[in-house]
Amino acid sequence: MARREEAAVAAAATERRRHRFGWRLLAAGALGFCLPLTAAVLPEDRADALFHAYSGGGLDVNGPSILARKQLGKFTSLFGNYYVDSISSATIDVVTTASPYTEYREEKTVGGDFLYEKSIFSLSFTNSEESDFSANAATFGISHSMFGDLTTISLGYGQGWDTIGMSTDPEFERKADRQRYRLGLSQVLTKNSLINLNYELITDEGYLNNPYRSVRFLDGSGGYQYQSEVYPNTRTSHALGLKALYYLPYRAAIHGEIRGYTDTWGINGFIGEIGYIHPLGRDWTLEAGYRYYTQNAASFYSDLYPRKDAQNYLARDKELSTYYDHGISLGASWHFARHGWGFIDKASLNLKYNYLNFSYQDFRDLCTKKDAQGRCQSEGAPGSEPLYGFSANVLRLFVSIWY
Amino acid sequence: MKQRKHIISILALLLALLSAGGALALEVGGTAPDFTLKSRNGENIKLSELRGEVVMVNFWASWCAPCRQEMPLLEELYDRYADLGFTLLGVNVEEDSNAALELLKEIPVTFPILLDTENRVSRLYKVVAMPSTVILDRDGRVRYVHKGYLPGYEDEYRKQVKELIRE
Amino acid sequence: MKHVLFRPVLPVLLAALLAGCAIEPWVKPYERANLADPIMSFSRDPVADSYINHVYEAREGARGAEGGGGGGCGCN
Repeated sequence: MARREEAAVAAAATERRRHRFGWRLLAAGALGFCLPLTAAVLPEDRADALFHAYSGGGLDVNGPSILARKQLGKFTSLFGNYYVDSISSATIDVVTTASPYTEYREEKTVGGDFLYEKSIFSLSFTNSEESDFSANAATFGISHSMFGDLTTISLGYGQGWDTIGMSTDPEFERKADRQRYRLGLSQVLTKNSLINLNYELITDEGYLNNPYRSVRFLDGSGGYQYQSEVYPNTRTSHALGLKALYYLPYRAAIHGEIRGYTDTWGINGFIGEIGYIHPLGRDWTLEAGYRYYTQNAASFYSDLYPRKDAQNYLARDKELSTYYDHGISLGASWHFARHGWGFIDKASLNLKYNYLNFSYQDFRDLCTKKDAQGRCQSEGAPGSEPLYGFSANVLRLFVSIWY
Repeated sequence: MKQRKHIISILALLLALLSAGGALALEVGGTAPDFTLKSRNGENIKLSELRGEVVMVNFWASWCAPCRQEMPLLEELYDRYADLGFTLLGVNVEEDSNAALELLKEIPVTFPILLDTENRVSRLYKVVAMPSTVILDRDGRVRYVHKGYLPGYEDEYRKQVKELIRE
Repeated sequence: MKHVLFRPVLPVLLAALLAGCAIEPWVKPYERANLADPIMSFSRDPVADSYINHVYEAREGARGAEGGGGGGCGCN
């Protein structure tokens, strides 16, 4: 009955301003009325020790990623992650314009989730350091269950601060900031299916290019030369994704995802993924999947410019070109200690393998041969070298324990 | 002004919907609906035959983490008050009881476990959260309803059971 | 212009919210056995998933909206 009075008050207001305030009160009241007085559940206590390895296109990166999460009291769950990338790079950009290098990147994250009735508030802080690049980020999120826990809405905000340096120039220092806004909706459709809709807006501002990378231009005498890449100092992107999960009666699951991407640099991307999860008895889970990605080039991208300073913005980063990639994934998990062991409730040993194959449509391979000194040689006239492509193997080997 | 009419009519319609929508949970103070369920030992247990005792009906499932947390605490409660005219019925809501029986091997309990494989009783008791606990007095009336389980609820249960035993 | 759109939107949104209260959840909490199964999660292994998403974000132009969550046992 209080609601009706409130509504009457809101309705009686004639001034537009009071009216809008009344609406807000009513909206808040409606949400409050709908909230049953029970709570949601915090993420499980677990620890994972992962070894990751990526090898492809002349790049080798591997290292550990360790995560530990523990609930403290009734309403708080804290976690920490330590991650390392040990990099050995001789990629196409590196070998054509620079020389192979090694790098070491360390990333640390701490965060917490806080339960309040049917909402979970999340916070995290991340720091990443390598010799010529340092980044810090903070994220905040809220997730709320409603409609009999069939629907979960989530909102997230993240801010990142990057400092870009150059190993060849100790005086060089540039900044870039990033902001991420996330909106998510998760909906139980039936006893056996679930969908997830996600939207994310990302804005970057500052020094967004790579200080080591160059673009090439025709030098007028049948050859080409290099100059530094020049990027816009802002970039705004939108991504929208839909995922679905379906439970098969003999105890298995299939999942699919489609995602679209667009940004102010003119890149439009599409991702499609399907996967199948198959438990074998109670001890094993197998999975397989296929993923497809395609994008078109940034509006200012070119593999070969007609002359020096041809445009305001210049880019020859293959990640901004037109290409597609196929991915196949395979995974196996062995669940052990299912009846507990000491303080451990259960554990699993997991192996996941991904094979990725990239095909570029407007990025050319300038290192099809190497001369006697090991330097790159390109084949064909500038602009008609063969298109570049590479494949990569990604391995994830990890142990998880729940306690 | 059209807008005002707009608002009032929508709100009236919704308030009507809400009140017609039915109770979101069991009515406290009313007689608990009677039921007969088979226990894991095979014998039938009828709720109305337990009149005279304080009865706690707990709806649980093996896949529900808070339910698993709650089990040993319910066992403690049963152990403490069973001789004083208290009984606990663990109503398992799973269609296939195998997982539940497996779990009971790891978390053994002595109170009766009833198998509501057709969810008849879950519907009857308007279960809206997992787990759900309903406490009935000696006259078979619903006195307390708890939705979900958070550490600390067991203290509430004890207080309420003690109170109803003393009546 | 904004206000014209604003007028029907908020009542409809409120209607949806309040109607949501009136609609009984069509999957009852005791029917969530399959949804509570660990295989029915968009992110079963957060560490492994965040790593592969990092690989994709590093090698591809697109970023964002990888998220997951929801479903589960719906307990408490």
